[in-house]
Amino acid sequence: MKETGTGSAAGKAAEPLLELSGLEKHFPVTGGFVFKRQVGRVHAVDGIDLTVHAGETLGLVGESGCGKSTTGRLVARLLEPTGGAIRYGGRDITHASRRELKPIRSEIQMIFQDPYSSLNPRHTVGGIIRGPMEVNGIDPPGGRDRRVRELLEIVGLNPEHYNRFPHEFSGGQRQRIGVARALALNPRLIVADEPVSALDVSIQAQVVNLLQALQRELGIAFLFIAHDLAVVRHFSQRVAVMYLGKIVEVADRDSLYRRPRHPYTHALLSAVPEVEADPAAASTAGPRERIRLAGDVPSPIDPPSGCRFRTRCWKAQEKCASEEPPLVRLEGNREGHLTACHFPEAPTVHGDDVVLDPALA
Amino acid sequence: MSTPFLSVRDLTVDFHTEDGVVHAVDGLSFDVEKGTTLGIVGESGSGKSVTNLAVLGLHNPETAKISGEIRLDGEELIGASRSTMERLRGNKVAMIFQDPLTSLSPYHTIGRQIGEVFRRHTGASRAASRDRAIEMLTRVGIPQPKVRVDDYPHQFSGGMRQRAMIAMALVCDPDLLIADEPTTALDVTVQAQILDLLRDLQEQTGTAIIMITHDLGVVAGTAHEVLVMYAGRAVERGTVREVLREPRHPYTWGLLTSMPRLSAPVDVPLLPVRGTPPSLVNVPPGCPFHPRCDYTDLAGPELCRSERPELSPHRGHGDACYLTLAQKREIVR
Repeated sequence: MKETGTGSAAGKAAEPLLELSGLEKHFPVTGGFVFKRQVGRVHAVDGIDLTVHAGETLGLVGESGCGKSTTGRLVARLLEPTGGAIRYGGRDITHASRRELKPIRSEIQMIFQDPYSSLNPRHTVGGIIRGPMEVNGIDPPGGRDRRVRELLEIVGLNPEHYNRFPHEFSGGQRQRIGVARALALNPRLIVADEPVSALDVSIQAQVVNLLQALQRELGIAFLFIAHDLAVVRHFSQRVAVMYLGKIVEVADRDSLYRRPRHPYTHALLSAVPEVEADPAAASTAGPRERIRLAGDVPSPIDPPSGCRFRTRCWKAQEKCASEEPPLVRLEGNREGHLTACHFPEAPTVHGDDVVLDPALA
Repeated sequence: MSTPFLSVRDLTVDFHTEDGVVHAVDGLSFDVEKGTTLGIVGESGSGKSVTNLAVLGLHNPETAKISGEIRLDGEELIGASRSTMERLRGNKVAMIFQDPLTSLSPYHTIGRQIGEVFRRHTGASRAASRDRAIEMLTRVGIPQPKVRVDDYPHQFSGGMRQRAMIAMALVCDPDLLIADEPTTALDVTVQAQILDLLRDLQEQTGTAIIMITHDLGVVAGTAHEVLVMYAGRAVERGTVREVLREPRHPYTWGLLTSMPRLSAPVDVPLLPVRGTPPSLVNVPPGCPFHPRCDYTDLAGPELCRSERPELSPHRGHGDACYLTLAQKREIVR
C-alpha cells in the first residue's frame, strides 16, 4: 500500500493505523427567508494531514472553533468529509458505505466530553455497555453479561452496579461508564473528545490515569482532543496544534512543548496560567515569557487569506497575507516536527535538536 | 490593624430540600482587604459560589437559611433590608459571572445594559450614562467603543462579552468585585487577556477582588491570598506563596498532585485524590475529608472521624488538619 508520508527510518516505518490527507469538512451556511439557499461555507476543517500509529496517542489542541472536534467526528465517520481522504489500516474509508464501515466501526470508538448527555438516562449501565456488542452482533466467550462485568471492573466500577442507572453515578463515574462502552468492542483506536474537561481536578486525574493504564495494557491508539495543554502534554506522545481548520504545527511532545516554532503554539503555551511546580525545575524548561494575543479567532466562514493566524500574529508581513505557509519541516527541527509558518520562532532551547543552520538557532 | 473591608465570620448557609438539609457552607470565616485579591479554590459543590451569593444577598430567604456575620465596610449584610442591599450592590460590591452570554440580556444593547446600572445608582441622565458606558468599554479594551456601544450581546465574541460584563460590574466603581469563574468558559489566549485586564483595573482603582475558581493556575497568577474550600468549609488559608509552595492540608496536596503542569518534568505521574466529594446532605462527621485522606492513621483515625478540625493558627497560614507541622513536612518531602 501507500508509503508513509515522512518515510522515517526505524520504528515508525510501519504503516500508520490512521492517515488523514487533505481532509476537509465544510458546512453549508444557508440564508434566505422562505427558500433556503447556501450563502457561504464554514471551513471547519480545511485540508489537514495527520497520522496516528498503532498504540500511540496523538494529542490535538486548539481553541474553541478550530475544528478539532469536527476532525474527531470525521475520523469516527460520524460526519461525511467534503474532501480529502481518511485511510484506516491501509484502507480508504473516506466515503465507505454503512456496510463497508461495519467491521471498522468496532475498531474506532469514541469517548465524549459530557458524561451527562452521552449516556441514555433510561438505560441501565449494563444495557449501555452491552449496546455496542448487540449492535455489532458480537458474542464474547462467556457471554455479553460477563464481558460487561469484566469491563466495569477494568474501568474501576463495581460490577454489582450493572443494573443501576446513569443518574446514580457521579460525573467521574459516568465518564468511566463511557470508557467501558468504548472498550466493549476491543477497539484499536479511541477518539477521545475532551474526555476530562467536564470533571473536577481530582477526578480528572483519576480518569487520565485510567486511560493511560488502558493504553499501556491494551495497546489502544488515541486521538486525544483537548484544549488543556497540560493534560495533552501529560497524555500524548505526539501533539498537533490546530488553528481555524488547519494544522499549524505537529511534533513529538518534547519538541513541541520545549521548542515551539509556530508563533501561535508559542502564544498558546505562554498563555497557560501556571502553578510553577518547583522553581528549580521551571528554570530548566526555560524562562516563561508572556505573549499576549490581541483579539479573537476570526470567523471560519471567511478565513483570512494566506496564513490564517496572521490577523493576530505579531510577526505578520505581506507575504503572510498572500501566500499560505506549507506544513513542513523547518531547519533546526527534529524529524517529524512540522511547522506552517513563513517566519518561525527561533527554537527556544536547542539541546538535542538537529540545528542545520546556526543562523536560525 | 484596621478592620478589613470585607469580613466574614462563621458563615453558615443551609438549604432545605426534599432530600434533607444541604449544608452548603458550614462555619466559614475570611477577610478581604482593599486592593487585594482573595482566591477561593474548590471543586464543584465546595460552597464557593454559595458563599459569594450570600455576600451579595442573592439567596432566596425562603429556601436558604443563613447565619453568621458578613461585614462589608463595617455594615452588617446578613438580615439587611432589601433596600440596603440594593444600594450596596453595584455601588460597593459587584459580581461577574462565569457565562457572559446568559448573564447579559439578549434584547438590549450592551451600552444600555451598562448605562442602566449607572443610571439606577447615580440618577444620571440617559446621555450621561451612555457616555459613561462608552468610557467603561474603552477602559476594558473594547475596540471602537463608540460604535460597539450600540451592539447587542450576540454581536460580541466570548472574550468581548466578558469584557462587557466587567465594564458593567465596574461602572459604579465598586470597592469589592466578586468574579465567579470569570474565565472558565474562555479559551486560554482570551483568558490571559481577561486576567491581565482585571489585574490592571485593580492597580488603577484599588478594588478588592474575590476570585472564585477551580483552576490553581488562575489563582497563582492573580491572587494575593488563597482560601481552599472543601465540602462547605475552609481547609487551608494563606498567601499564594504559602499555599501553593508549602501546602499543608492533604486536600490541597491532592489538588496539586492531580494537576498536570507544563513546568513539571514530563511523565510525573498524576496522583489523584481517591474517591469522590461527599454529598452535602450527608457530610462525614469529623474532618469532612477523612474518607478520602491517606493520612488519617498518622493523625489519629479516631480524632479525624469524630472531631472537626478548626483552621489553625487563626492568623496567617492556617489549615484544618490534625497532622502536626513536623509530620506534614516529613510527608511533603
